Amino acid sequence: MADHVVKAFSEELDGLANELARMGGLAERAVAESFAAIVRRDTALANAVVERDAEIDATHREVERRAIRLMALRHPVAADLRQVLAAWRMSGDLERIGDLAKNIAKRSLVINQSAPIPITRGIERMGKIASSHLKQVLDAWSNRDVRAAVGVWFQDEDVDAHYNSLFRELLTYMMEDPRTIGPCAHLLFVAKNIERIGDHCTNIAEMVHYLVTGEEIATERPRADSTPTEMDE
Amino acid sequence: MPDSTERGPLAAPVMTAERVERGALTGAAAKVSARDISVYYGAKQALFDVSIDIPDRAVTAFIGPSGCGKTTFLRCINRMNDTIESARVSGSIEIEGKNIYARGVDPVVLRTRVGMVFQKPNPFPKSIYENVAYGPRIHGMAKSKAAFDDIVEKSLRRAGLWEEVKDRLHQSGTGLSGGQQQRLVIARTIAVDPDIILMDEPCSALDPIATDKIEQLIDELRQTYCIIIVTHSMAQAARVSQKTAFFHLGNLVETGPTEEIFTRPRDTRTQDYITGRFG
Repeated sequence: MADHVVKAFSEELDGLANELARMGGLAERAVAESFAAIVRRDTALANAVVERDAEIDATHREVERRAIRLMALRHPVAADLRQVLAAWRMSGDLERIGDLAKNIAKRSLVINQSAPIPITRGIERMGKIASSHLKQVLDAWSNRDVRAAVGVWFQDEDVDAHYNSLFRELLTYMMEDPRTIGPCAHLLFVAKNIERIGDHCTNIAEMVHYLVTGEEIATERPRADSTPTEMDE
Repeated sequence: MPDSTERGPLAAPVMTAERVERGALTGAAAKVSARDISVYYGAKQALFDVSIDIPDRAVTAFIGPSGCGKTTFLRCINRMNDTIESARVSGSIEIEGKNIYARGVDPVVLRTRVGMVFQKPNPFPKSIYENVAYGPRIHGMAKSKAAFDDIVEKSLRRAGLWEEVKDRLHQSGTGLSGGQQQRLVIARTIAVDPDIILMDEPCSALDPIATDKIEQLIDELRQTYCIIIVTHSMAQAARVSQKTAFFHLGNLVETGPTEEIFTRPRDTRTQDYITGRFG
């Protein structure tokens, strides 16, 4: 799109986008490394993820500050308005993703103190899918690619399905050997956190759709997360 | 004068908010229907085949860069272009189904139905009272002094000016502040019970507070009238109008509900203009 007549306006929008892109990179790294900390039982890596969350939070505040400034001083409309709103809301999702990665890293510190549980391979698979969705949806944002965003939106079903199967599997471990209840409960939260990361990716996908088209995604998302209704099995 | 019996002079609003909204967004309630309007000033074509439906009891904003034709088109709606020797208009404009360019239509009568407010407040060099009573008097709309007093008070009240001027009705209208003068001009316009009010940059000579008052007034008047406003301020178009039409180089590029124009315009030219990307 052409530049604004007032060049500083374009520069401020670019600055907002750059800050958000940086935040996306930080979140991607935190997610990937938190999973690696679980799989490789890497305490140092887990601590690093926990420490770096402050940087994601600071970037979140910076994106908000820039968005508020743009709205107050530039009164963006149309595509510009959508760009500012999308950045604001996406930074909220990325900040939450950072928190979830931090939480996974913290739990890995506890899990690493118990004997390894084979289920971590399932977590790894699920984590890879969620990481890939995050990468895809951030790429969709930077390329303004609605088709790719909608693709991620539909694929969230995979993450939900994995979560359901992990949930069942963890129940069987805990029933077989009560000593695994501690680490298994933590792994259950880890799985839930990954599932939530997937949900935030769908939020971002919806924002990309809005950003590009000005409209919300029209259809209902297929849902595979059925755990709450099956608790009494 | 057509149609003045249906709604008494300065009758209270009869439309509910819901009906106003619906009227604003559907073609069914079109008050003004323009088809293929082209305007030439001598050999130069200023407007190219403009077709648009303008809803009643709503504000329609015309936006676009200088020289885009928005004022030219506005002036077609009360045949103000007739007053320019070299101007030629083709196409048709219907108000409630009647072509205002048809043979036998008296532009003077038309202009009582289609009032106009200009950029610079232009009160007559007469008293405040006479400014408002002038139109009704020359059109024989009242006979007794009491009837004139009534029209003057109601018009000034509707224009939000009564409280400020009721004790000095016989002082000159030109002694008022700019914002008050503009509201006096609006009172003068509505005194002859028009159906349509055209406003050409009505706030561009006013400070922000006076502008707010005019915008509030426009919002009240839209309950009763079809209002069309030409404005250079896109923020003003966004604030006061329900429908927006974007003109560029003599063409009507895009028209739609104001909210849509300012959140997701369809045409890239509209997008470039309202986001400030016009080079």
